[in-house]
Amino acid sequence: MTPQDRSRRGAAGGSDAERLSKRLHDLSERIRTETAEHAPPKGPGAGDHGSRYGVAIRLASEFVAAVLVGAGLGWLLDRLAGTSPFGLIILLLLGFGAGILNMARASRRMANSEAAAAAKASPPIDEDEDE
Amino acid sequence: MTDPLHQFEIHVIAPLFSIFGVQFNFTNAALFMLVIVAIICALLYAAFANPELVPSRLQSVGEVWYEFVHNMVRQVMGEDGMKFFPLVFSIFSFVLVANMLGMFPYFFTVTSHVIVTAALAVFVILLVITVGIMRHGLGWFRLFAPHGVPIAILPFISAIEVISFLSRPVSLGLRLFGNMLAGHIVLKVFAGFVVSLSALGITGIFGAIFPLGMAVGLTALEFLVAFLQAFVFAILTCVYLNDALHPGH
Repeated sequence: MTPQDRSRRGAAGGSDAERLSKRLHDLSERIRTETAEHAPPKGPGAGDHGSRYGVAIRLASEFVAAVLVGAGLGWLLDRLAGTSPFGLIILLLLGFGAGILNMARASRRMANSEAAAAAKASPPIDEDEDE
Repeated sequence: MTDPLHQFEIHVIAPLFSIFGVQFNFTNAALFMLVIVAIICALLYAAFANPELVPSRLQSVGEVWYEFVHNMVRQVMGEDGMKFFPLVFSIFSFVLVANMLGMFPYFFTVTSHVIVTAALAVFVILLVITVGIMRHGLGWFRLFAPHGVPIAILPFISAIEVISFLSRPVSLGLRLFGNMLAGHIVLKVFAGFVVSLSALGITGIFGAIFPLGMAVGLTALEFLVAFLQAFVFAILTCVYLNDALHPGH
């Protein structure tokens, strides 16, 4: 900083401080909007009880739906092909398997989206559905 | 005590026409669906009728609404999934407004009827199958045969995969229906306790404080559930459509 510079600053001291504070204010405004824009989408927060309840309901319904579909398909097969009760037994068991698979996928999907939210980045959520 | 299921009854408002002996009626459910669509259109129109650089309150609500769905679609499906954005936005808005409208006393909750949620879910799954076959031809069915599986257990794995796929509309529709139905029944039962207990005199009135507190707490929870279920329905729509766009990815 040269002496002339310093003297110029001294001369225009009051307005300089004002300008500085205005710039500081502008900058904090800009940072605030910037972070608001880049914040992860406001989904249900991971911590609160409501979303834990939601997770529980989701996993349960994934499982139950698969068992119901398996049983329904088995019952239908039995009625159409007259293989009672083997279609119902086998497809019900397969339905249980599908239910476990559904739950595993759903929980991995939730873990992935939570990790993405934690990283505060927005890369596309990795949907690796293949085993 | 009042009947907790009374709120789900469907009344005929105006009979319309009958085809092959099947009577079509304009019911309270149909009326509320029209109201939902009208509310969505009116809100969005009011929000974006004269947009400004510094948004007004209503406009920022509209922007948050839009960007929320926009981010969701782009995160799950990527850029080429954006052509499904209007669909996902419509489904999300419809379910959200239906759930929220159901929170008003004496209003009818459209999403507490399984036929409505099942129709939405089946529509989504049929769309997934259609888009998958249009995009990838019959190769899309490789979704049911993950590679790297030994040939001996492939039939089992395929059967499980098919059942898993078929269970998607069931879980999608039943979850929304079950949440809304159960929430409204529980709310009604607790509110009914307040009324019947307070009829018992002074001890009953003090005893009614507990169910009253529960009803207040449950109302808050129901608002959360109403939003959460709309969110879950929309994001699972995105996830399933992603399977149609990028199978086995």
